[in-house]
Amino acid sequence: MAEGVKMDGRGAVRRRMPLRLVLSAGWLTVLVLAALLAPWIAPKDPLAQDLFLGRMPPFWVAGAEPGYLLGTDSLGRDVLSRILYGARLALTVALVAGGLTCLIGATLGLMAGFLRGWVDLVISRLIDIWMAFPPVLFSILLIAVLGPGLSSIIIAIVVIDWTRFARVVRAEAMAQGAMDYVASARVAGRGRFSTMLTEILPNVLPTILVLLTLEMGVAIIVEAILSFVNLSISTDDPTWGGMIAEGRASIHQAWWVLIFPLVTLFLTVLSFSQLGEGLKDRYDPVLR
Amino acid sequence: MRSVERCLTLLRAVLSRLATTLITLIGVAVIVFFVIRVVPGNPIAMMVAPGATEADIAALKAQYGLDKSIPVQFGIWLSGVVHGDFGTSITTRQPVLSLVLSRLPATLELSVMALIIAMILGGFAALTGTRLRGTRTEAAIDVGNGMALSVPDFLWGLLLILGFGVLLPVFHISGRVTPSLDLPFVTNFYLTEALLRLRFDLWADIVSHMFLPALALAIPLAAIIGQLLKQSLKETMHLDYVTLSRTKGYGENHVILREALPNAILPTLTLVGVQFTFLIGGTVIIERLFSYEGLGNMAIDAVINRDLPLIQGIVILFALIFTLVNLAVDLCYAALNPRLRHG
Repeated sequence: MAEGVKMDGRGAVRRRMPLRLVLSAGWLTVLVLAALLAPWIAPKDPLAQDLFLGRMPPFWVAGAEPGYLLGTDSLGRDVLSRILYGARLALTVALVAGGLTCLIGATLGLMAGFLRGWVDLVISRLIDIWMAFPPVLFSILLIAVLGPGLSSIIIAIVVIDWTRFARVVRAEAMAQGAMDYVASARVAGRGRFSTMLTEILPNVLPTILVLLTLEMGVAIIVEAILSFVNLSISTDDPTWGGMIAEGRASIHQAWWVLIFPLVTLFLTVLSFSQLGEGLKDRYDPVLR
Repeated sequence: MRSVERCLTLLRAVLSRLATTLITLIGVAVIVFFVIRVVPGNPIAMMVAPGATEADIAALKAQYGLDKSIPVQFGIWLSGVVHGDFGTSITTRQPVLSLVLSRLPATLELSVMALIIAMILGGFAALTGTRLRGTRTEAAIDVGNGMALSVPDFLWGLLLILGFGVLLPVFHISGRVTPSLDLPFVTNFYLTEALLRLRFDLWADIVSHMFLPALALAIPLAAIIGQLLKQSLKETMHLDYVTLSRTKGYGENHVILREALPNAILPTLTLVGVQFTFLIGGTVIIERLFSYEGLGNMAIDAVINRDLPLIQGIVILFALIFTLVNLAVDLCYAALNPRLRHG
């Protein structure tokens, strides 16, 4: 049983927001603000190197350099500033890759589920073929062929993950399509596309929203993994994955280079998934 | 008579399953062939070593039949693959097949160890949660499961590195074995061979290298096992025969372990099989994270170096493992499922 939806009957949904929704939405709001305001709130230039200030510890540890709150990496770059700028890339990938995946997957799923017939046949077969191919292999092949870089990562995410949306939206659209209100809209003289957009789409929108939230978390982790193995954008630019790779390499000398980007990434991925799960509980018709 | 029918049913299930396995593998081969062909530059360029002469290239072209039509080329390529000819790695100039096979044992041992850890952790969580249902412990287990599920193995691996690499350095965080050790092994199945040779000193060293990457891979799967098994146990605990054994005076532990568990475990076992392939996929990044010399680590190097023959070999080998695991799971399920077993 989900939090906030206890056994007290009709009033359940109007109860206060569950804690995990509040916490995850709060963290993501902070993150979005940090990304937007990075040029103004970052204490240092994220690219500026100072080899005399390499691997300075965070402010509460003895030997810290004033002005570098979370310490510096091996090239003397400010960890806090790099995390703030890294949030820009992470959220961009989440929005662009998540949004495109959602747009393509949901459109195909909606068409397959509502229009049925040969459209459904073609799209369903495509989904089956896609599902049979393990995503890890798919991404290895795609990145190998497309070469490293941000656009390759986004293309890979869209090409691999559209089925997540298409499968669920198709099933949902099919269930909605069988309902009386759709039949009455058709009887009232609405066209098929118009019915799909004005009647079906608003009813599957909550599901799409949940999937989009989860997908954004996936996109962020995929980007982090690829920049960790140096297949994302250039190594100079601040990425959480790149910072984590550098922290992993200097773990025995400077733990702070790893811990801060790692905790940021951890909280972000956890927030997206908890937000998605929380929204699912809130909008799930069975629970409602 | 009935036993003959039973055998026929089982045989039919096995045959149809083998057919789908074959179709999947052919599908993978087709995709790999065309994706590799999409790559800018001709396929010969990725087979020859740098510095090859025009004559070498012409000879290779004739050897691989690249002047022929695409379907014929596919036929030639496929027969090469079936005979184990995956070409030569660009970066190491060694045959792809031997490179890939030398790394396979490391990945298999890691995956199996992760699977065992996941089953122990997940089973323990489910049984404890069932035994202490309605208490704070059960609630804590649920929260832990939820956390473990929403964060991927990559992040668990990093947290383990941070925790055990810095705070509590009891396990190794990189490599497969301490490099200075003298290894008497003839195969690359280090863990298995150390055990067979009764070299427990080496065995302990290898386990201490493998434990953290295996645990990182195991955590998400353990959470899935924990959730599903607890759910099935909960449903089983309400059945009449369980209540009956309770009225016979058996203790709660006996009721859970001996009465409920055998009936509740089948859906979990099926799921474990499917999830095991995801776990094997996870080795790619986890091996990188822990500098563990397996197939996945090799795959990432191959992608970085754009060593296409090697990538092709690794992808096909992974696909083969995935389909074989799925096949084994389905066959086990057919053998265990009472409905199929009894015709």
